[in-house]
Amino acid sequence: MDPLTPRPHDRHFDLARDSLREVNAALHAPDLEGAVTIDNPAGAHSVAVGLDAPVRVSINGHVGYYAAGMNQQAEVTIDGNAGTGVAENMMSGTVVVRGNASQSAGATAHGGLLVVEGDAAARCGISMKGVDIVVGGDVGHSTAFMAQAGRLVVRGDAGEGLGDSIYETRIYVRGEVASLGADCVAKPMRAEHVEELAGLLKAAGFEDDDPSSYTRYGSARTLYHFTAANKY
Amino acid sequence: MCGIVGLHLRNPELHPRLGELLTDMLCEMQDRGADSAGVAVYGDPTWTPPGQGAVSLLELDLPAAEVEAAIGTALGVPVAVRAVDATLVVTVPVPSEELLAAARAAYPDALVAGFGADLAVLKGVGAPRDLAASWGLAGAQGWQGVGHTRMATESAVDPSGCHPYAVGPDQCLVHNGSFSNHATIRRELRAAGVEFDSENDTEVGARFVAKALADGKDVEVALKELCATFDGFYTLLVSNRDSFAVVRDAIACKPAVIAETDDWVAMASEYRALAGLPGVENARIWEPEPEVVYAWTR
Repeated sequence: MDPLTPRPHDRHFDLARDSLREVNAALHAPDLEGAVTIDNPAGAHSVAVGLDAPVRVSINGHVGYYAAGMNQQAEVTIDGNAGTGVAENMMSGTVVVRGNASQSAGATAHGGLLVVEGDAAARCGISMKGVDIVVGGDVGHSTAFMAQAGRLVVRGDAGEGLGDSIYETRIYVRGEVASLGADCVAKPMRAEHVEELAGLLKAAGFEDDDPSSYTRYGSARTLYHFTAANKY
Repeated sequence: MCGIVGLHLRNPELHPRLGELLTDMLCEMQDRGADSAGVAVYGDPTWTPPGQGAVSLLELDLPAAEVEAAIGTALGVPVAVRAVDATLVVTVPVPSEELLAAARAAYPDALVAGFGADLAVLKGVGAPRDLAASWGLAGAQGWQGVGHTRMATESAVDPSGCHPYAVGPDQCLVHNGSFSNHATIRRELRAAGVEFDSENDTEVGARFVAKALADGKDVEVALKELCATFDGFYTLLVSNRDSFAVVRDAIACKPAVIAETDDWVAMASEYRALAGLPGVENARIWEPEPEVVYAWTR
């Protein structure tokens, strides 16, 4: 279907005119479907949070904290930068940030796909629990701290302490890693990892990348158990 | 929490709009701190006539004329005093350090909000929007301004706890965050002869930077030394009449956004404080890296 053709369910909001509460309430309406555009977010917090409908939301501009947080089902595109905690605790659906994301992007998220086309700052994917995150550029320090499940792809470089105290998230980085956090180690790229990474890159629109140019990182699993006969 | 904002205007055509732009930035950050606020304005021709030394005084409940007479007699030159809400901005055609010495001698109990050429520092307890209105900030002009909205954590809500801390000549520092080892560093600075006005953590940072600059170090070296010495959370904006610098601690959990165009450089705790700046839609916008000093010079 031509995405440019307006349909009966399509809605348009302007945060220079409509209150944020009004916009978010409309996005929580039962049986919501179709497409929604939101103009002039001007850095507002909590834009399009708590959605649970198969709706496409386009936000035209920079957003503040927690944009598209707790998302379920919706496809949210932010044509700008996102502040702290974009798509935090997402359960399903897709969130795409065309610009850069501030700290804690995708924090604690359980499912869905978060794409940051630019850079993501510190603590990207902190405590992620099943979400897939693809970052077009670099990520900051303490990325994937205590990451439990899901996949994180970094097309650029990673800052200090990547994957500190990681559980079972798989991390793929194409560029340099400034340092690895405790219990995070490089691992071989086996055929299933190349295939998995190719699928993630394709889903995020980076299908031209060569998956074999990435390195996989994950847990050494030495922090999982107390060492018997611990000596201090 | 707290909020900080700063605007450094490169295009002189924007100088008449400094106060209007700074007011919007400051008021947008009221949600981050509503118990006190302060601003430093560089170059407003009404508050601080060009080329004159200026001192901003708080907690001095006296008529402007009386302060003019007392400081004027001490210095032997004509003195102008403008009451801007609770702040008295004193200006004279002598260097600001000379004026500061005379003001301190005449009014030892007054709180010095700031001093320098072309620099007015206004601060007070109350909601930022109310304070900005009572200062008439929207009408101010100049080439540079910084502001702070406070949510107190480390010291009392009183004028001495308000930012900016403008404790060195032409200098000004605002802080979003908290220092945890400020008591130790305050003791060390006191032992080295530095005097303090408050028990506030940020004042220690400002005195530390002022001492480093007075010792001949540049702002980048001073801020690197601050990073090595201070423990805590911080995004700092440090200005003097010719420069404007931003630094964050290593953990970088306190927010900061910088935006730059050919016409201006601006920073704030959050992007929404920058959203109304002219041409922001085409600005280069980024989040500063931890422990990297970003500095601009006029």
